[in-house]
Amino acid sequence: MMLQMSGVHAHYGHIHALQGVDVSVQVGEVVTLIGANGAGKSTLLMSLFGQPRASAGRIIFDGEDITRLQTHDISRRGISLVPEGRRIFPRMTVMENLQMGAVLADPANLHVDLKRMFALFPILEERCEQRAGTLSGGEQQMLAIARALMSRPKLLLLDEPSLGLAPLYIKKIFQTIRELNRDHGMTILLIEQNAHHALRAAHRGYVLQHGQIILSGTGKELLASPEVRAAYLEGGHGAAGK
Amino acid sequence: MALAIQQLINGLTLGAVYGLIAIGYTMVYGIIGMINFAHGDIYMVSAFIAVTGFTLLASLGVSSVPLALVTVLVLSVLFTSVYGWAVERTAYRPLRGSTRLAPLISAIGMSIFLQNMVQLTQGARVKPIPPMFVGGIDLFTSEGFTVRLAYSQILIVIVTVALMSGFTYLITKTSFGRQQRACEQDRTMTALLGINVDRTISLTFMIGAALAAVAGVMVTVYYGVVDFYIGFVAGIKAFTAAVLGGVGSLPGAMLGGLIIGLIEAFWSAYLSAEYKDVATFSILILVLMFRPSGLLGRPEVEKV
Repeated sequence: MMLQMSGVHAHYGHIHALQGVDVSVQVGEVVTLIGANGAGKSTLLMSLFGQPRASAGRIIFDGEDITRLQTHDISRRGISLVPEGRRIFPRMTVMENLQMGAVLADPANLHVDLKRMFALFPILEERCEQRAGTLSGGEQQMLAIARALMSRPKLLLLDEPSLGLAPLYIKKIFQTIRELNRDHGMTILLIEQNAHHALRAAHRGYVLQHGQIILSGTGKELLASPEVRAAYLEGGHGAAGK
Repeated sequence: MALAIQQLINGLTLGAVYGLIAIGYTMVYGIIGMINFAHGDIYMVSAFIAVTGFTLLASLGVSSVPLALVTVLVLSVLFTSVYGWAVERTAYRPLRGSTRLAPLISAIGMSIFLQNMVQLTQGARVKPIPPMFVGGIDLFTSEGFTVRLAYSQILIVIVTVALMSGFTYLITKTSFGRQQRACEQDRTMTALLGINVDRTISLTFMIGAALAAVAGVMVTVYYGVVDFYIGFVAGIKAFTAAVLGGVGSLPGAMLGGLIIGLIEAFWSAYLSAEYKDVATFSILILVLMFRPSGLLGRPEVEKV
């Protein structure tokens, strides 16, 4: 078992955002978490890093209880996040952003890893010396993914990687997710409003509503589920965008 | 003409010192968004460490000026960095996540504390150092005025240029520099990448204090005297320099320091030495009114 959250509660300000959530991810799996805006999806990912800290419940990563660890120590265990809104460092160059991602990695691997990222996203090599804030949204998303991969994580978390992107970029991002899992065995936990894409890319999925898991199953099961269809898939666009 | 050149030399010397102190303000503002009003007093503490160091070395019979200078610089940087670290740890870190005003008030309290501590332990009177750095080069004389370049001025400019080059390299090219800048832009994200943000903030305070320490030693060498109150005035002037350059901008702090130094020198020579502080503070007010982002500062809005 790569990740096991059991009975996790978390508060975001005055909001009781997670109300006893159980989520698990096996080694080599792509697991997705879908749900409407404000269901608590991002809070769930951030609570893995103690931001906010789980007020009850336990989080086990790779056999170790990480519930009370500090944020940077949790990352050091091998969890990497592509956060909501990308959060690249806008006033640093593309290269510097990638170097920031590699802080935890062995410096000897830097060049190999950079080459891998440039093979995955050739545009980043072209924009290498450009300030990251000048990139387009899709390019920034690729940079955020590449930055997260630079530390060679055991578990990759992606928070709405398709949000606000042009269809071409969305396709590219989901294709990358599949490739990372299939060709490199990367374990992935993916949060999406774009339920259709997410469930097709995932082995298993959870549906989060008002801070609780209301449904879970394989990607195919959830895609076929009438509740999921009604709430998240009608029209093929998932829940209403932000 | 001779007077103008002399004031240019004096102004650049003074400006170098203000610039070194201003970096501490700007770095701390950049990373945690607060003005560290105790920073000027950190500088004052370093000047006292320098006085103590020079006096001690002189009483031990150390007569080599370079040896005394290097020893005092190292000691002052070490002790002052610890002060910088301790101030952040005790007065600011417990208030992080509280209202914006709380650490500001705490900083003013820390400033008063440091001033009073030094006043009580060192006395309120002006303290001199043994005369070690007398002399200079007479450049030329015209209209009965001799333009003089003191050895201490040469020292200040050389040390400042070397230090600022090294510091610029540290911030722009090294892994620590990247982590420091990353913290400025997004602290949570930096922590998510596995970086200990608290440690980076502590180091930022220590570096700011170390630069102020060098400034403190330089000023002690330059003027030959210190008192417990120098931190307040120099602090506010360096703060003005940081605001003028654009708070958060490192080149801005250096530039702002130079400009403030030059204005002060020329104002003293041509208008009124008594009102030189008024000139500096008028600039502070004007910048805040008409260009709050400063000369090299960036506007708040950022494409994301």
